[in-house]
Amino acid sequence: MDLSPSQTRRLSHSLLGVNVSKSFTEVQSAAVNRRAFLKLSVASGFALGAYSLMNPLAEAQTSTLVELKANQQPDAFLQISEDGTITVQVNRLDFGQGVSTGLPLVLAEELDADWSKVKSQLAPAAEAYKDPNFGLQMTGGSSALSNSWLQYRELGARARAMLIAAAAEQWKMNPATLRTENSMVIASNGKRANYAELATLAGRLPVPEKVALKNPKHFKLLGKPVSSLSARAKSDGSQQFGIDVKLPGMKIALVARGPVFGAKMKSMATSTAAKMPGVFAIFPTPLDRGAVGVAVVADTYWQAKQARDALKIEWDTDGLERLDSVKQLASYKALAATPGTKTTRQAYQPSVKRASRILDAEYTFPYLAHAPMEPLNATVNFTGEACEVWVGSQFQTIDQATVAKVLGLKPEQVKLNTLAAGGGFGRRAVPTADYIFEAAQIAKGLKIAGKPVPVKVMWSREDDIKGGYYRPAHVHRAQIALDESGRELLGWKHTVVGQSIISGTPFEAFMLKNGVDRTAIEGIVDTPYKLPLSLEVHHPKVNVPVLWWRSVGHTHTAFVMETLIDELAALAGEDPVAYRKRMLEARQGKNASRYIAALDLAVEKSGYGKKALPAGRAYGLAVHESFNSVVAYVVEASVKEGTPLLHKVTAGVHCNFCVNPRAVEAQVQGAVTMAIGLTLPEAAITFKDGVVEQSQFSDYQIARMSEVPDFAVHIVPSMDPPTGMGEPGLPPLAPAFANAIAKVTGKRLRSLPFDLQQLKT
Amino acid sequence: MAKFNLNGRAISLQIDPTTPILWTLRDHIGLTGTKFGCGAALCGACTVHLNGSPIRACVTPVSAAEGGQVTTIEAIAQNRVGKAVQEAWIKHDVAQCGYCQSGQIMSATALLTQKNNPTDADIDAAMSGNICRCGTYQRIRAAIKDASRVLSQGV
Repeated sequence: MDLSPSQTRRLSHSLLGVNVSKSFTEVQSAAVNRRAFLKLSVASGFALGAYSLMNPLAEAQTSTLVELKANQQPDAFLQISEDGTITVQVNRLDFGQGVSTGLPLVLAEELDADWSKVKSQLAPAAEAYKDPNFGLQMTGGSSALSNSWLQYRELGARARAMLIAAAAEQWKMNPATLRTENSMVIASNGKRANYAELATLAGRLPVPEKVALKNPKHFKLLGKPVSSLSARAKSDGSQQFGIDVKLPGMKIALVARGPVFGAKMKSMATSTAAKMPGVFAIFPTPLDRGAVGVAVVADTYWQAKQARDALKIEWDTDGLERLDSVKQLASYKALAATPGTKTTRQAYQPSVKRASRILDAEYTFPYLAHAPMEPLNATVNFTGEACEVWVGSQFQTIDQATVAKVLGLKPEQVKLNTLAAGGGFGRRAVPTADYIFEAAQIAKGLKIAGKPVPVKVMWSREDDIKGGYYRPAHVHRAQIALDESGRELLGWKHTVVGQSIISGTPFEAFMLKNGVDRTAIEGIVDTPYKLPLSLEVHHPKVNVPVLWWRSVGHTHTAFVMETLIDELAALAGEDPVAYRKRMLEARQGKNASRYIAALDLAVEKSGYGKKALPAGRAYGLAVHESFNSVVAYVVEASVKEGTPLLHKVTAGVHCNFCVNPRAVEAQVQGAVTMAIGLTLPEAAITFKDGVVEQSQFSDYQIARMSEVPDFAVHIVPSMDPPTGMGEPGLPPLAPAFANAIAKVTGKRLRSLPFDLQQLKT
Repeated sequence: MAKFNLNGRAISLQIDPTTPILWTLRDHIGLTGTKFGCGAALCGACTVHLNGSPIRACVTPVSAAEGGQVTTIEAIAQNRVGKAVQEAWIKHDVAQCGYCQSGQIMSATALLTQKNNPTDADIDAAMSGNICRCGTYQRIRAAIKDASRVLSQGV
């Protein structure tokens, strides 16, 4: 996801037709210049904002503040209970990236909270929890910490000021003489009170419009390694995921989907399935993109699965394209040789007379499934007048609006609870809300059939692998003209062929420019190097739903660019680090210094250029920026009997101020592992006669324990506002690995997964 | 009718004996710490112990547990090795999304029960059937080694 704030604000207005508050960008200014009051209506006392926690959807009607925006009010984010526990609402999905620790940490720092007493909760869909920049409640683009950094600091600082004011009032002291520490307000005479004692009174006091934030030099919690708040729950089986939701009377539904995307149920024989134990209902149900499937509803998953297997369904696939991956690759390669839509002003007109050499390189990338460990699911309880949903969603605002539309309700009549998700990597951020749309349709179908029960719609692993919304397949072709020294680039013609992720979605109006999808060219068009780039794009229409996949376009663009740069360095007879620095310095882009700092750190810590490696082993490196963070890798690799082996990875990371080094290290380790997976044979989704050829972890490869190398993550020190790290660790790994293999074998790998045949010949 | 011992508790259920242990636990008994990942013994998310050995609950019918002892993540800390593994997982902050970690801990506990000082190759062999899509393998390896140290010190 790569949206500018104004784009998404407009988007959320037009797309959802729901009330989206005006620009939130003003939150960037600490000066909110009118007085605002927090009025509590709590029966239980002791709670700052217990009301909105108990009933988050009611806040629109009972708006407690006069001026401050919903997402600036501590009461929607913070609850202090009698025992001193501080519960922080997190305005994102946590699906492994650690935001349910990161954002509470930021708030707790400014609150001077006792961290051992802090808990976190994933917030339901509500106005207060929309991203302050995007105006949508969503998780994507590695944006949580960067977009909510100031927001959560101010929330903590406001609450702290109110607690100080409460103590000052109680003690008849000047608030300026009071300080805070470890969830206590402390007076200069030694008098102290804990936050729990002060919370009720604090809640009745005005919310300060202006708060001073700490000088980062005085941070106590931030910048130090902190363990995840959910570490224990995720190690003892008690963590609740969407799939664990259980409601009284709830049934389980599976959906039979056609063999080709868009297929409609033509006829079905249900007599065997309907008689099977536990089966509650079987009926045709609308799927997204106009398809029609069959819902099988039973008491348990196993019963629903058995009954689905027993269905005999005839499918209508008339008029649907039936993709063949082999033919698609050939057609993409042919397209790459034809003029596409120009995205750069520069024309490819190298003074060919001077050009002594043209590097002509073709790259291929397959479709990829996200395959999060928790298969997709959503639980819907639709009573007719209202609806409640439980789901691990990256797009709460869109999902809530989608459910409302299906059920003929207003968005505010749909209470959408955010559950922790077992991974997602983009698959839970779907513009069409596909799996949530289907769940709402099934709930509606049950209601129409006179069987209104809560229903959990689940996907099998086969449903997931075959279910579409893949990272699109791509072909790149680059023709680079060099002078005779090899040091000067005279021209760089680059053509990208691949389906647009954005095209046909409501995001089209903002992320598709002159017919070119920004996500297909990110990482090329914004190259930090001085390159004579002439970039063209083809977006063929294909009957395969596609979607963002952890680091989106950078999954392929970084591989192409960083392997080409490495090859160009070799052609110029230059060291690949020195070559990159020369090209960075020549361009002098805004982030050149961050690239160089990350690269230098990785190089320095890796031993590159200093420590000789055993025979058959070589260094390879790559550096790439995505989502405003820069990651450099120096790897050590070898090839054994035609199989590439990755031995060691040294990372240099530039994410500005690092809120939690332990979490950043985890994200980099995870991204590297996922990127190793990209290189493995069978890390591809392919089609024959319109049907996905893979269905399970047996034929769709994921990196396993034995593939993982030694690892060291180093972070460039910085005091600038943090940038996200959920995705940026992924793009540079595969190119660094390929560059090391080129050094060992002299062979340039130009595809993901790696073409091992190339290494055997 | 199925009868077995679950985490030290006698269980007696009216159930189709072909029902996998996974769904018996999750949908019939309501114990959800054991996770569904693939349904085909390919990812290890559903790993539980049957009579002390790790099994994939998604493909093992409940009839296979008849009269036996099933241990799940919810009770693994009652076992000395399981407790050490769980604490090492927390100390090393292994989990990201956490979904596969019940299965990882069950596999690691089985490994350390069998071999108290596993080599890297032992760890690879014992753990490669457990997929972690978040990529927590480095920390899993470190936690297993740490648990092994703690156990050998008799703590």
